Amino acid sequence: MTEDKNKDFSQLKDTDPIISYEQEESAELTELNSTWDNIVNTFRHNHLALIGVVIIILIILAAVLAPVISAYDPYVQDLENKLAKPSAAHLLGTDAFGRDMLTRLFYGARNSLVIGLIPSIIAIVIGTVMGLMAGYLGKTADFIIMRIADICLSFPSLLLAMVIMYTLGASLLNLFIALSIINWGMTARTVRAETLQLREKEFVEAARSCGVKRSTIMFRHILPNCIPSLIVIFTLDIPSAIMEEASLSFLGVGAQPPEASWGLMVSENKDQLTRAPWVALIPGFAIMLLVLAFNFVGDGMRDALDPTLKE
Amino acid sequence: MSDKKLVEVRNLVKEFKVSSSMWKKSTSVVHAVSDVTFDIYQGETLALVGESGCGKSTLGRLILNLIEPTAGSVTFDGQNMQKLKPEDLRQLRRQMQLIFQDPYASLNPRWSIRDIVAEPLETFHVYKTKAETTKRVEELLKTCGIRPEFINRYPHQFSGGQRQRVGIARALALNPRLIVCDEPVSALDVSIQAQVLNLLGDLQQEMDLTYLFISHDLSVVRYLSDRVCVMFLGKICEIGTTKDVYESPLHPYTRFLLEAVPKPDPTKRKEDKDMLIGEIPSPVNPPSGCRFHTRCPFATEQCSKEEPVLHEVSAGRMAACHLVK
Amino acid sequence: MEQHTDLLEIRGLKTHFFTKQGEVPAVDGVDIAIPQKSIVGLVGESGCGKSVTAMSIMHLVQHPGRIVAGQVLFNGDDLAVKSIREMNKIRGKDISMIFQEPMTSLNPVYTIGRQVSEAILLHQNVSKAEAKERTIEIFRKVGIPEPEKRYSSYPHQLSGGLRQRVMIGMAMVCNPQLMIADEPTTALDVTIEAQILHLMRQLQSEQGTSILMITHNLGVVAELCDEVYVMYAGKVMEHADVNELFAHPQHPYTFGLLNSIPDTSGTKSRLYTIRGMVPNLLKLPKGCRFCPRCEKAMKICTMQEPELQDLGNGHQARCFLFDKEVMGK
Repeated sequence: MTEDKNKDFSQLKDTDPIISYEQEESAELTELNSTWDNIVNTFRHNHLALIGVVIIILIILAAVLAPVISAYDPYVQDLENKLAKPSAAHLLGTDAFGRDMLTRLFYGARNSLVIGLIPSIIAIVIGTVMGLMAGYLGKTADFIIMRIADICLSFPSLLLAMVIMYTLGASLLNLFIALSIINWGMTARTVRAETLQLREKEFVEAARSCGVKRSTIMFRHILPNCIPSLIVIFTLDIPSAIMEEASLSFLGVGAQPPEASWGLMVSENKDQLTRAPWVALIPGFAIMLLVLAFNFVGDGMRDALDPTLKE
Repeated sequence: MSDKKLVEVRNLVKEFKVSSSMWKKSTSVVHAVSDVTFDIYQGETLALVGESGCGKSTLGRLILNLIEPTAGSVTFDGQNMQKLKPEDLRQLRRQMQLIFQDPYASLNPRWSIRDIVAEPLETFHVYKTKAETTKRVEELLKTCGIRPEFINRYPHQFSGGQRQRVGIARALALNPRLIVCDEPVSALDVSIQAQVLNLLGDLQQEMDLTYLFISHDLSVVRYLSDRVCVMFLGKICEIGTTKDVYESPLHPYTRFLLEAVPKPDPTKRKEDKDMLIGEIPSPVNPPSGCRFHTRCPFATEQCSKEEPVLHEVSAGRMAACHLVK
Repeated sequence: MEQHTDLLEIRGLKTHFFTKQGEVPAVDGVDIAIPQKSIVGLVGESGCGKSVTAMSIMHLVQHPGRIVAGQVLFNGDDLAVKSIREMNKIRGKDISMIFQEPMTSLNPVYTIGRQVSEAILLHQNVSKAEAKERTIEIFRKVGIPEPEKRYSSYPHQLSGGLRQRVMIGMAMVCNPQLMIADEPTTALDVTIEAQILHLMRQLQSEQGTSILMITHNLGVVAELCDEVYVMYAGKVMEHADVNELFAHPQHPYTFGLLNSIPDTSGTKSRLYTIRGMVPNLLKLPKGCRFCPRCEKAMKICTMQEPELQDLGNGHQARCFLFDKEVMGK
């Protein structure tokens, strides 16, 4: 068909009428790229965020491959060699018990990452469900849930965590519980705010007019629209959790010796600051690096997903 | 348009309480819809027209039972919706659907248009398999002028006019008898409005639909509707066939409303005397007596004291005004 | 009409947006002349470039857009090359602008009286008391009831119509020569719209201000304007005196547009539709921009863009149908 058109076309005079070509029904009118495109695009331009991603990947690799890349056992003590300066044998020196700093750093990364990620995930899941219910199910549910959130949020978080740890005992599971409890409130607030906005939208009204159940509306209609915010909250919650773990371990209610945890390492070696400053400062620096990296990535994600910054 | 009544609205009232603070005892009340009575006949297009605060959108949603009325009743096909059990009400919902004004907010941006149009079908388990549902969605999209190949695309990939068509396809999915169209073309460009209006007209003929057409645009209403109901501040001012209401309006408000519409004819410009003065009163504190009396140049003392009743002036023509007998 | 009496003359204006997806020619070669004391309508659908044209006149185009070519001659003086400081002197004083949504143009934390007084104090050397007097006077003029009381009202306490009157008051208070109105009545109810249009016509005849009225509503254009420019996809497609345009539209787009609007007299049985959609400015078709939707498209329309043809009596249309050279062949 098109070939015939072409043949006749060149033989037409300028002023001969043509059946003008049909425009494609849906030209790519999209000014809004998909979420994924936005994220990739931002990371291409935002160098800090890119650096953050690289750092996080390196730390994850270090944590995962710790047994492979470590020259020493992190628990074996070598008291003759304690507080050794960085050398060829011990790239970052040794701590007060003669254990290799670099190895303990790698193993500590595991704890920091796990403790950063898992409570964050739990907190976000709880916070999201609570936020959705508070936003959608009416004034009573809203009142109850938000007051509980307020209580959790108004306690100084570390104090609350310490109280929980003392009550339940110092174990990893209890640490997770403590960190989740202190962190779910912010997520709940944000998700509630988004829910309140979204439930007025006409597509929710359309679903209601079909008789769709409330839980379906909450989880299939409203929740997917909250995902950009949740991604940002997630990436910014993780550094908080890591810092909290470090602080709790420093205070003695987090990970227990002889575990390798960065916070614990700072705590154990704080007395050595005048004699061998590197043993306390290096794990401190590692904490800072990881937290910064997540902050850069979180900022990048927020910029990527913020519609007001789009052209 | 037949003589069979599809919807009967009797003395419908809707008041919203707006509390200014948690501790205040007295709260302000928005009188959105006050004592409204009318019928919708099978196969017709009845238009609800009016300006902001007249209650037309609220009335549309009351008829679909998306909001509970404060008082009064809505009867659909002989069944009183206020008295039905929840499950029967849910089934009745299949027969009435809603088309929205904003093509950007009425479709979930995270759902593909297949899922959007399929939602009513899946909620009521109309088909047994997913494939059957998808086939039906393709048919519906085609009827509404969207190429079925685009079934897996997302709303942001379509223009406003196309999104409105998707909304119409969704409304048609359950083969409803009544469709409430809430300002369906107000957000669209002029050249697209015409396409969508033609589509609505065609669909009505093919599928024997009844439309409740809510709009503030009097030109669009003239084109599409059989009968018109003019509302002001929660009350009906006038009802009649479109021809009658537009050519010989009875209620002063209707007259001024029609005069105020800017006409695309420069030889017929308005003169000062045809203009309505004053602001539209707030539905929180409607004027006493006839709600229109503060803006009406013909208002008498009776108008400020006594509310006029909607009464029949001639066959099928009703008006609520003391000056109209 | 003599050229040099035109209040504002836009020649060959091109305002492009440099986005990540490419260069968007939002306004692509537009010529508009606004005579003294007249109301000129700029009409078109979304994306045609009418708002961007207005913003270009006022130098309000934001990044990533900028004026890439053309002149904006205000009383012979080219605004396109002026600095921000120079433009600030002109804005609000010689040329003022009102927008569709007054809520976003009025500062919610200041009273309306104060905002209008500030506008006066900015451009005129008068005392605060004098400015307040003038403010109350202008409120009375634009029809705000109880102007002395309303001086201390906040924007959110007013209805949409009143707010728009405040905007108009603020725009008129320094007696500008030109007022640009960008969809001022689109968000208003019909009876309030009628009042505002009437007010604008009144102010125009009393104070001799020219108005550039930007709208998509052809009824408003017929109601208010003396001459009309029809824009599509960044270019002017037709220009004529208002009576001429509505009685004898020449360009197929204008013709289609006029026939696709329903009217209250109910004379149409089925609406004429212009098939297709507004083109994506990033992927403009070769040849005439309207060609894919045009019923009268010819072969040459797909190959070249037509120029504005003069049809006599100030009526111009951008279409090969009126190009004598092409049609003569």
